[in-house]
Amino acid sequence: MRLARKRWLIRAIRKRRELTPVVKRTQMARRGEVLLFCTLRNERIRLPYFLRYYRDLGIGHFFFVDNGSDDGSREYLAEQPDVSLWSADASYKRSRFGMDWINWLLRRYGTGHWTLVVDVDEFFVFPFGDTRPIRALTDWLDAYSVRSFGAMLVDMYPKGPIDAVPYREGQNPMEIACWFDSGNYMISKNPVYGNLWIQGGPRARVFFPTQPAAAPSLNKIPLVRWERGYVYAASTHMLLPRGLNLVYDEVGGEKTSGCLLHAKFLNTFPHKVEEEVKRREHFAASREYLAYHETFKDNADLWCKWSEKYINWRQLEILGLMSKGNWA
Amino acid sequence: MIGFVMLCHTELGRAAQVARYWAESGSPVVIHVDRRVVKKTYRRFVKSLADLDNVRFSRRQRCEWGTFSITAATQFASELMLRAFPDVGHVFLVSGSCLPLRPVSDLEAYLKRYPQTDFIESVTIDEVAWTVGGLDHERFTLRFPFSWQTQRWLFDKYVSLQRLLRLRRKIPVGLVPHLGSQWWCLTRQTLSAILEDPDRAVYDRYFERVWIPDESYFQTLVRLYSRQIESRSLTLAKFDFQGKPHVFYDDHLQLLRRSDCFVARKIWPRADVLYETFLSRRLPSDPEAEPKPAKIDRLFSKAVERRKRGRAGLYMQSRFPREHFENGKTCATYSVFEGFSDLFEDFDGWLAKFIGNRVHGHIYGPKRAEFAGGEVVFNGALPDSAALRDYNPRAFLTNLIWSTRGEHQCFQFGPRDNQAMSWFMATDPNAQISVVTGAWAVPLFRANRNFSDIRKEAARLQRIEMAHLDILRSVWTKARVRIWSLSDFVDAPMEPLQTIVDEIRPQSLRRLTEAPRMVDLTGFGKFLQNLKNQGMQPVLMGNFPVEDLPKPANPPHGRPYVVK
Repeated sequence: MRLARKRWLIRAIRKRRELTPVVKRTQMARRGEVLLFCTLRNERIRLPYFLRYYRDLGIGHFFFVDNGSDDGSREYLAEQPDVSLWSADASYKRSRFGMDWINWLLRRYGTGHWTLVVDVDEFFVFPFGDTRPIRALTDWLDAYSVRSFGAMLVDMYPKGPIDAVPYREGQNPMEIACWFDSGNYMISKNPVYGNLWIQGGPRARVFFPTQPAAAPSLNKIPLVRWERGYVYAASTHMLLPRGLNLVYDEVGGEKTSGCLLHAKFLNTFPHKVEEEVKRREHFAASREYLAYHETFKDNADLWCKWSEKYINWRQLEILGLMSKGNWA
Repeated sequence: MIGFVMLCHTELGRAAQVARYWAESGSPVVIHVDRRVVKKTYRRFVKSLADLDNVRFSRRQRCEWGTFSITAATQFASELMLRAFPDVGHVFLVSGSCLPLRPVSDLEAYLKRYPQTDFIESVTIDEVAWTVGGLDHERFTLRFPFSWQTQRWLFDKYVSLQRLLRLRRKIPVGLVPHLGSQWWCLTRQTLSAILEDPDRAVYDRYFERVWIPDESYFQTLVRLYSRQIESRSLTLAKFDFQGKPHVFYDDHLQLLRRSDCFVARKIWPRADVLYETFLSRRLPSDPEAEPKPAKIDRLFSKAVERRKRGRAGLYMQSRFPREHFENGKTCATYSVFEGFSDLFEDFDGWLAKFIGNRVHGHIYGPKRAEFAGGEVVFNGALPDSAALRDYNPRAFLTNLIWSTRGEHQCFQFGPRDNQAMSWFMATDPNAQISVVTGAWAVPLFRANRNFSDIRKEAARLQRIEMAHLDILRSVWTKARVRIWSLSDFVDAPMEPLQTIVDEIRPQSLRRLTEAPRMVDLTGFGKFLQNLKNQGMQPVLMGNFPVEDLPKPANPPHGRPYVVK
C-alpha cells in the first residue's frame, strides 16, 4: 500500500510538468480557508452557476485545471478574482483522468487546508448546508480530528427526454434535473483499500441492468483535510493512506456524511457523449459513454414512477442517503 | 451583584464582545487569558477592553486541557474577583466561547430567589455515567503526570502500569470525590471558604495529580462548605459521547431563545446571528422564566443516539455495519411465504385483499423480481432486473424493506429462486417465514413434461429446499418460522392461514371469510408414487395416499371454503 501511494505521488510529481499556469492567485488561499480543486474541459455554460454555488458555500479559493477547452472556459476562469488556473493539454486518460494533476496541486497548495475536489457538474450538499457555511462543518470535523468526509454521488435527471429543456447559463441545473433514485444503491466493501463501493442509481438501472459490475461507482470522498503524502488513488473514490477511506461506521452507528448532486444529465449531455465517444479519453475505454450513446439514441427517459423529486438535504437524510451523524 | 470569571484561550474577539456586554450591564468581569496566547494578541485584547473599569485581567497561566492548570487559573481569577469587587455576591464561571442568552438583570432576579444556593453540578463518582474513556474512580486514585494531548503513549502506559502494580493514592481525609460540569455559579461565602481553606495547600497538591481536576476540584470541595447545593449548572453546555462539547450555530437561535437558559456554551465563533441577537439588548425577556434545557437536551441526545446506534436496517455510505453489528438487519417486519403460491391459485391476490397491502410474487425469481402488480420498478426506484438483484441480493432486500417503511412487505419464496438470502432471512428477527414443504412439487405435477425431466427437477428442488430447511431449523435462526408439510397443510389450511394473517395485521383480528382456491390435487398421491417408482424419494410432502380419497364435494368454481 505504501508502495502504491508512493507510486501515485511520484506520478503526480512527474505530471506537474504538464501543467502550465494561466493565472496564479494562490496567495489568496489564506490559512483556514476551504479550497476547491477541479479539472474541466469545455464546461463554459456551467461555470457561472458552479462558481456561485461554491462561493455561497464559503469556498475560499478555486484551483482549476483546464484540459484543452476551446469554448471560452479558460478565458472566463482567468477573469475570476478567486480562481487560480492551470492548463494541461496532455492526455486526460494518461493523467489518470486528471487525478495526477489534481494530486499535484493538492500536495502543493492543499496541504494544511480542507480541500474539496469536485467536477463541474457535482454539487456538494452537507447536513445543515442551508444554514451553515462549509467552515462550520470543517471546524466541527477538526474538533473530532476527522480527516476526511464522504459524500455519495447522487445522479440527478430530468423528467422526460434529456434534451427537452435547454440549460441556460447561470441557471441552477437542479431546476431541470431535479429527480433522483432514492433506494436502489448497492454497497460492498473494498477489502484492499477499505472504502465502500457503491453502485446503483439511474445509471445502473437504465444503462447497466444486465451487467451490474460495470455500473459506475458512486462512492466519493471529496472533502479532505489535506496533508503532504495523501493521494487520491482512483478519482475521488478512494484515497491513500487507507485510514482516510473509513468514512463509515461498522458497528451500527452513523457517521456524518453528505452528497454530491450530480447534474450530468442535462441537454448538454448528448453532445458531450458524442464528443467523448470519439475522443475515448474516459475510464475503461469510455464504456460508460458507449452505453449512454446506445441508450440515448432512442430518447431514453431516466425518470420512473418512483423517482424522488429533490427538495433539500433533510430529504436526503430522511431517505437515508446521507446522515447528520452526531452533528446537531 | 454577579461577577463573571472568564477563561479564554482562543477567539479573543468574541470573548471581548461578551465581556463588554457583561461589564456594560454593570457586572464586574475578571478574565484569565491562557499564557499560550501570544503577547501581541493579548495586548490588543486588553486594549480593546481598556475603557471598562470593571474588567480586570488575572495572572496568566499556561493552560493545558486535563491538568490542574485550568483549575489554578480559575483560582487566580476568582481570588482577584473577590478581592477587587467586594460587592460581588455570586461568582459565575464562564468560558470565552460562552454566550449570555438573557440579560444580567434576569440572572440577578433569579439568584435573589436562591440567595444562599450554589449552582454547581456535583455528583458522586459512583453515579456519574458521562465520563469518557473508563476513567472515573481512577481519576482520583491514580497519578497523571503525563499530558494526554501530547504524551498520549506515556499517559496510557503509566495508567496501565499503576493498574498492574495496584498503586493507589490516598484521597485526603474528609474529601468525597464528586464530578460535574466545569461551569458553576457559587456564592461569595462558599467560594471564599474554598479559596481560604487552611488545608488548601494539601488539597491543591492532591488535585494537581488528579485527571481533569476542573471537573472535580470545586465540585468536591463545595461539598465541605456549601449550605445548599443545587446540583445543576446554570450554563447550558452539552457534551457528546466522545466528551466533546456540542456547538451552537445560527440555526439554533429559536431553540436557544426558548430554552430560557442564562448562558450557553459553546458557540461557533462565526455564528454572527447568535452574537448579534443575544448581545443586542433588544430581546424581550421574562425575568420569571425558569431555564428549560430539555428541548436542547433531546436534540443532542438524539444526535448522539444516531451516531452510536443509527437507524436500524439502513445500509448507506456512512453506516455499513459488519455482520452481527447491524442493530436491526432490516428496518421492519416482513413475511416470506414458501409454497403457498404453488398450492393456491392467485394466492398473492387473495392475501393482498385480506391484509390490504401489496403482495409480491417471487422477488428472487430466476427471470426477474416479481413485484406486486407486475411493476418493473418499485419503491425507491428499485428495478426488477434479476442481474442487478443477484449482484447484491442483500442490498435488494434491505432496500426494498427500507423504501417501503410503513407498509408490511409480503413476498413468495421457494427452491426455484435465488437462495443467497436464506441465512440472512433466517437470522433476521424481522422475518416471518411460513413454509409449506414440498409444495414445489405441485407445479411439476401439473406440468405436462417428460417424466424423466420432472424427476430430475424434483430431485434438484428437493435438495435445495432441504438445505434451506436446515438453515431455518438451525440454532442461529432468529426469524419467526412456521413449517408445515404439504399433506398436513392441505388437510387443514384455514387455521395456519388465519395465524399468519393475524400476525401481519395484529390490530384487526378479523376472521378470514374466504379461503384461497386450492389447485386440484386429484392424482397427486399417484404422482408421488410414480416419482418413487422412478427411484426418487420425495420426503418433504408428508403422506399422500396413492389412491385419492373420495373428497367432500369440492366445486371447481366459487368459494370452496367458508369459515364463519
